[in-house]
Amino acid sequence: MKVELRAEQFKEHSLIGSLLRKLHIDIPLLVGLLLLLILSFMMLYSTGNKEAALLIRQAARMGIAVVLMIVLAHVNPRQFQRYSIPLYSLGVALLVAVLLVGDVGKGAQRWLDLGVFRFQPSEMIKITTPMMIAWYLAGHDIPPKWRHIVVATIFLLIPTLLIVRQPDLGTSLLVASSGASVLYFAGLSWRFLLSTILGLSALAPLYWQFFMREYQKDRVLTFLNPEADPMGKGYHIIQSKIAIGSGGPYGKGWQGNTQSQLDFLPESSTDFIFAVFAEEFGLVGCLGLLTIYIFIIARGLYIAVQAQDTYSRLLAGSLVCTFFVYVFVNIGMVIGILPVVGVPLPLISYGGTSMVTLFAGFGILMSIHTHKKILPH
Amino acid sequence: MRRYQVIKDRFLENRIFLSRTVILFAFMLLLVAGLVSRLVYLQVLGHKLYHNMATNNRIKVASIPPTRGIIYDKHGRILAENLASYSLELIPDQVADMEETLQRLQLALSIPQEKIAAFNKQRKHYKHFDSIPLLLQLNKTEVAKFAVLRHTFPGVDIHARLLRHYPYAELTAHLVGYVGRINERELKTLSESEYRAMHTIGKTGVELAYEDVLRGHSGYAELETNAQGKPINELGRIDSIPGADIYLTVDMDLQRTAYDALADYNGAVVALDLDTGGVLVQVSKASFDPNLFVTGISYKDYGRLNSSKNKPLFDRVLRGQYPPGSTLKPFIGLAGLESNITHTHQTIFCPGYYRLPNKDHKYRDWKKWGHGKINLDDAITQSCDVYFYDLSLALGIDKMSGFLHDFGFGQETGIDLKGEKSGLLPSREWKRIHREQVWYPGETLITGIGQGFTQVTPLQLARATGTLAKQGQIVTPYLAERIIYENRAVEIERPAQNRIELKTGNIQEIINAMVHVVHSPRGTAKRIAKGIDYQIAGKTGTAQVYTVKQDEEYDEAEIEFNMRDHALFIAFAPADNPKIAVAVIAEHGSHGSSIAAPIAAKVIKKYLGTGNRQ
Repeated sequence: MKVELRAEQFKEHSLIGSLLRKLHIDIPLLVGLLLLLILSFMMLYSTGNKEAALLIRQAARMGIAVVLMIVLAHVNPRQFQRYSIPLYSLGVALLVAVLLVGDVGKGAQRWLDLGVFRFQPSEMIKITTPMMIAWYLAGHDIPPKWRHIVVATIFLLIPTLLIVRQPDLGTSLLVASSGASVLYFAGLSWRFLLSTILGLSALAPLYWQFFMREYQKDRVLTFLNPEADPMGKGYHIIQSKIAIGSGGPYGKGWQGNTQSQLDFLPESSTDFIFAVFAEEFGLVGCLGLLTIYIFIIARGLYIAVQAQDTYSRLLAGSLVCTFFVYVFVNIGMVIGILPVVGVPLPLISYGGTSMVTLFAGFGILMSIHTHKKILPH
Repeated sequence: MRRYQVIKDRFLENRIFLSRTVILFAFMLLLVAGLVSRLVYLQVLGHKLYHNMATNNRIKVASIPPTRGIIYDKHGRILAENLASYSLELIPDQVADMEETLQRLQLALSIPQEKIAAFNKQRKHYKHFDSIPLLLQLNKTEVAKFAVLRHTFPGVDIHARLLRHYPYAELTAHLVGYVGRINERELKTLSESEYRAMHTIGKTGVELAYEDVLRGHSGYAELETNAQGKPINELGRIDSIPGADIYLTVDMDLQRTAYDALADYNGAVVALDLDTGGVLVQVSKASFDPNLFVTGISYKDYGRLNSSKNKPLFDRVLRGQYPPGSTLKPFIGLAGLESNITHTHQTIFCPGYYRLPNKDHKYRDWKKWGHGKINLDDAITQSCDVYFYDLSLALGIDKMSGFLHDFGFGQETGIDLKGEKSGLLPSREWKRIHREQVWYPGETLITGIGQGFTQVTPLQLARATGTLAKQGQIVTPYLAERIIYENRAVEIERPAQNRIELKTGNIQEIINAMVHVVHSPRGTAKRIAKGIDYQIAGKTGTAQVYTVKQDEEYDEAEIEFNMRDHALFIAFAPADNPKIAVAVIAEHGSHGSSIAAPIAAKVIKKYLGTGNRQ
């Protein structure tokens, strides 16, 4: 611990370093995130027909997201801990409100119209669920006892099931994994973990029977055998594979994508943007992108390990874990090894809601990292 | 908010967290390695394949339509088949200027404007690399003409397709039905992958009811194509699965006999095989040529069919609703016996009319001078109205309605076709709900002779006759005898046959009376008994289309044809061991006895012979 402190103090000698330090910004994380934003902008330029309005809108969202990150980075992590319950309760209340009065988009109720803007409570819950569970577990024994595991699981299931009802498979998956990862970091026994995974797989047929809608079943079936319906439901996956494969080792160059430019690939700027990226930049580009992601994840996990209290540690670990699930599920579905669920490629896909949430998460990470000189005791 | 600080083992906690993080990170790297290996597979190993797909105008998927199942009659005669024909088709992707191409094609092959319009309408629902038919059934001259010009029309080509054909045409138009072009409304509800390769769908009759069975499943071929869209390599292929063949219960010899026997009358003939309930004959006349619909009927032809006063498109067997007239009397008589309201030897006096107590209104008998003293047997044999006025009044509408309901009146028969009408069986409750009126006794009287509100479909009438013949064993008519999937017959589930509990003596009384209708010298259908040595049980009926006023008389010669009564006849034979039940309705045939009965007799004689098969 002492060695670490000295290293931190050493950093403060550089000028920019000390300025950013005062801003509570973590430089390695910031560098990684900025690289992704630049790529995101480039991809949008390439897929969005160079439409200026689209670029401006995205830039505005990026601005809001970065500002939110900086603001949250200034908040002492003990404040997050203090407001865990109210924030979680608010999130759950909003989810219930969405089911009752929410707007319907694409056959699912996800939006809450607040007059000025529309808001997706399921985004907020992605952060407040791990906060709640981290707060709860931090107040008890580590590793957690049976009854604490049960209570934490209930905290996890409430928002997850509410989102499943919307229905939004992708987000419910993210919320579930964010909560579950807290339990994992808290030291849930391996035996318990394995039996839970086995139990859940045994429940899958029930889920299929009672919760999944026709279009969701179609997606899973299509994933298992896209060639069964190449012009209908399998079209997406096949075209995506063609785009990626035709990119080859070195890619067709920026804006050199024929698959998406010719409209062969649907949703090329949102959920399927990785296919465009792979087509333009090839395997080399993909490896580069994955490296950036791994760098951010590694830095995040480092911050979690360095955190000084249980709550911060659990929350940081969970936020990083969720970020990884984002990356893995999105790329996995685009390259055809996972079924299609609506999860964007983090920080690259066009669209604002997930970007704001992700930056909020990184803001919390930075706050945890940059406030830790003040020891709790 | 202040909480109790739990005393923790910080060292243990740190250790757990660190080990968990390291394990998780290793797991993440493993998953990323999975992603990378897949990327290598796609981008390095599969690069050449996908690169070709992307550059050579990409991969093309050609649908392979399945062959539609054949429909046969019970003896294996083909009722619906597929014939090869040439069609002119366009692939929008490869046509540079659609407007201009269509104009030149129109000039070169003199295509009617409506075909062009239909094509343009259909075009929107296909993908731009699909081959879309413009003209179907090209003749040899047209094929030759286009072959010469072919090089001037890129993206246009002649394809051989299978076209549905109905060899019996008018004879089976309503029964077998027809397929037609998929319309926009249907497109919205169909599964895209199932119908991608198909341009037609079952619209009516068996073609509609058994669409799922007959259709089969589309296959497809994944084709690698060059920049001009010509296939150069087949990458994969899943063959289509042909639709199942269906054998119907219909006997085309009998069907033709019935159709011809109706001669110039519009109407319907239904015959049921009483051993099974299978439909032997299902004729609805006037009819039409279903082959017109297969390639898309022209406005002119459709207009002609639709506006004809004979209503050839109307399926009278399933949807025609007629008053049953006197054919209802055996059922009313049986109701009387079963409820002990009357018995065989009870007689009444028929003066030729009937009056309700304290009312002036005369309910006439068809025989102006009356039948005199008459019992149930004679009342059925001679079709005495007054006897049944009296019996109906004694029975009351509630009993009558309930009893007729058991015989299937007022309900769909459950035949394996779509769009069946349920007819109408009036009751006190029905009148209160639908007419908002109370039931009058006078209505009970006319219901008892099959007039008034009651309406039956020919199929219902045949079913009720069959049920009577089988002594209360309910007959459920059906058409599909066997379904054959690739040489493998599939069992068709038939609903359990219910039974109406009836006293054997009572039903035998009614059957005897119906035998007298045909075989007694005073029977209303005695003319058809000639030349057979088994017995036919039958009942004539005449259904009023036009109501005669109290002080007027019905004079056939003075009344216009379309105001004349409908002629009805129900029958089954042989009376002691029933094999076939028939119902005949000849619209405006005036007399059940002289017009409808001989038609039924021809069908029965054709089926049973003149006696050696008894």
